[in-house]
Amino acid sequence: MREITYEQAANEAIQEEFRKNPRTVHLSTDLAADLQKEFGADRIRVTPIAENNFVGAAIGLAGSGFRTVCNLRMATFGFVAMDQMMNHAAKITYMFGGQAKFPILIRMTVGAGFSGAAEHSISPYSMFMNVPGLKILLPTTPYDVKGLLKTALRDNNPVISFENFLIGKVTGEVPEDEYLVPLGKACVRRKGSDVTVVALARMVYEALQAAEELSKQGISVEVIDPRTLVPLDRETILKSVRKTGRLVVVDEACQTCGAAAEIMALTTADRGAFEKLKSAPARVCGLDIPIPFSPPMEKFALPDQAKVIKAIKAVLRQDRPRV
Amino acid sequence: MDLSRKTLIDLYTTMLKIRRFEERVVREVYAGNVPGFVHSYIGEEAIAAGVCVHLGKEDRIVSHHRGHGHCIAKGADMKRMMAEIYGKKTGYCKGKGGSMHIADFSIGMLGADGIVGAGLPIATGAALAAQLEGKGKIAAIFFGDGACQEGEFHEALNLASIWKLPLLFVCENNHYGVNTSAQYSLGAGEITRMPEAYHIASKVIYGNDVELVYRTAKEAIARLREGQGPFFLECQTYRWHKHYLSEALEDLRPTEELEAWKKKCPVAAFERSLLARRVLTPAKIKAIDRRILEQVEEAHDFALASPYPQPQDALADIYSL
Repeated sequence: MREITYEQAANEAIQEEFRKNPRTVHLSTDLAADLQKEFGADRIRVTPIAENNFVGAAIGLAGSGFRTVCNLRMATFGFVAMDQMMNHAAKITYMFGGQAKFPILIRMTVGAGFSGAAEHSISPYSMFMNVPGLKILLPTTPYDVKGLLKTALRDNNPVISFENFLIGKVTGEVPEDEYLVPLGKACVRRKGSDVTVVALARMVYEALQAAEELSKQGISVEVIDPRTLVPLDRETILKSVRKTGRLVVVDEACQTCGAAAEIMALTTADRGAFEKLKSAPARVCGLDIPIPFSPPMEKFALPDQAKVIKAIKAVLRQDRPRV
Repeated sequence: MDLSRKTLIDLYTTMLKIRRFEERVVREVYAGNVPGFVHSYIGEEAIAAGVCVHLGKEDRIVSHHRGHGHCIAKGADMKRMMAEIYGKKTGYCKGKGGSMHIADFSIGMLGADGIVGAGLPIATGAALAAQLEGKGKIAAIFFGDGACQEGEFHEALNLASIWKLPLLFVCENNHYGVNTSAQYSLGAGEITRMPEAYHIASKVIYGNDVELVYRTAKEAIARLREGQGPFFLECQTYRWHKHYLSEALEDLRPTEELEAWKKKCPVAAFERSLLARRVLTPAKIKAIDRRILEQVEEAHDFALASPYPQPQDALADIYSL
């Protein structure tokens, strides 16, 4: 099968869906040259640097029967558009009693590890999970980003796709034939029996490397990539924890009130999973600090393969005595 | 430009409808019968009436927290409005929005928005949709002097300007944001200096003269339909009630200022003019008023007779299918 990059796969999703539906508009501060060449400057528009305005425009377009993609580039610029995303996009379907649909796809990159300093290095998806009305994607592979974005482009709600900055150039197998990836269906990236690792965004890659390393030491790690945070595939996570009895959640976002906390909470609050737990679940998250610029400090602040291995071993050591 | 007899009567009827509807709501709010925050449009009726009369169902408007007048002028059903204000299941938003968030997408009323200035970016999208559809439709955004202090205002002006959007900016300048005067808050002084800086044509008018609003809006909207780009219409007016209806909220505006503006009542002034010109007779006015009062009572009865939503209805409509 052909291999293409994550970015190419994402672009293909938009191309394919825009070909099907002429009432689609792409808004971004940067020129999406390939798209504009095919679909014209009316539909593929360069906006002024006014994120809040063009997310608002997407709402107005949606309310008028158009489907819009907003590329905000980085999550840090997404913060500039918080009013329109949080106060409006998330709520108006509900607040107007469901009388209109608001199909909007908002894309932005997340993550750290490129010396972007504190403003540009952030993974704020849990803040958005806390505002009902949005759907939230966390695509990690070229295959998934294409399939998830295509599904999002057929969804009639505001969907935010958080795409890790460092995986844009990752290549992977992507079929030529059309396919979709459903929202709310996690992917078990590696099967295992000793411990469940739920990893988010780029941490999927760190967790898979950790699992590979640990397999050499006879430890069998199951790695789950939720792929979407809203809706979240609770069942796949719970099923795995009920099987392994151990849980480690890995996310490079700050630990406090993060998606990792939610995943731990839903697991420990589930009687079936709780009763099977052999040890206290663990989180491997970014430190609760603004991400520093200088590489040694930045590395210190972020989770990586070594930290994941350490956490898994600690969880295995701390098994409760069996009754 | 002479207005036809029918147009004059239509304008008068719309204004009086807004006035009577709002009076009924005010009464019920102060009687403690309405939940939440209600912002009365009384005193500003000429603007909604004089602008919306030029708009069809496919022209889209976006409104703000003081939005009842825009809904009525755009043709919304007073029954479903009143039911929404009471939080009833039969309301426009099934009781999920309330007074501040009435919308009727079927008539191009894209909703009232409770965050000052936030409707402006949304309206640029509605205007872009109209431009892309290419059928000569337009969008109109209603906002106040307070919204002109928000960054979203400038972003929307800029976007409308560079994309030549068919967007009518209707600034209802009632001179106050809650109790803070626009004179204090607006560094630009005259509001229209801001659209002018973005090369958007503008006009300042006395917003309590419905015929003047009608004529100015008519010209502006004709330009918009021809694709000549956005237009900014500032209508100077005054609200008669406090920012929102509440015993607890203070009104710090000068009493003499309020009284002076009440003497410039847009409904009474228009009525006097129509009588003087013999467009209407006192008997005819009485008949119109009676009919409107009946409709408002019907709306109120409908709201009271309607059931509340079930508590579990709170779980529906978070997402569209």
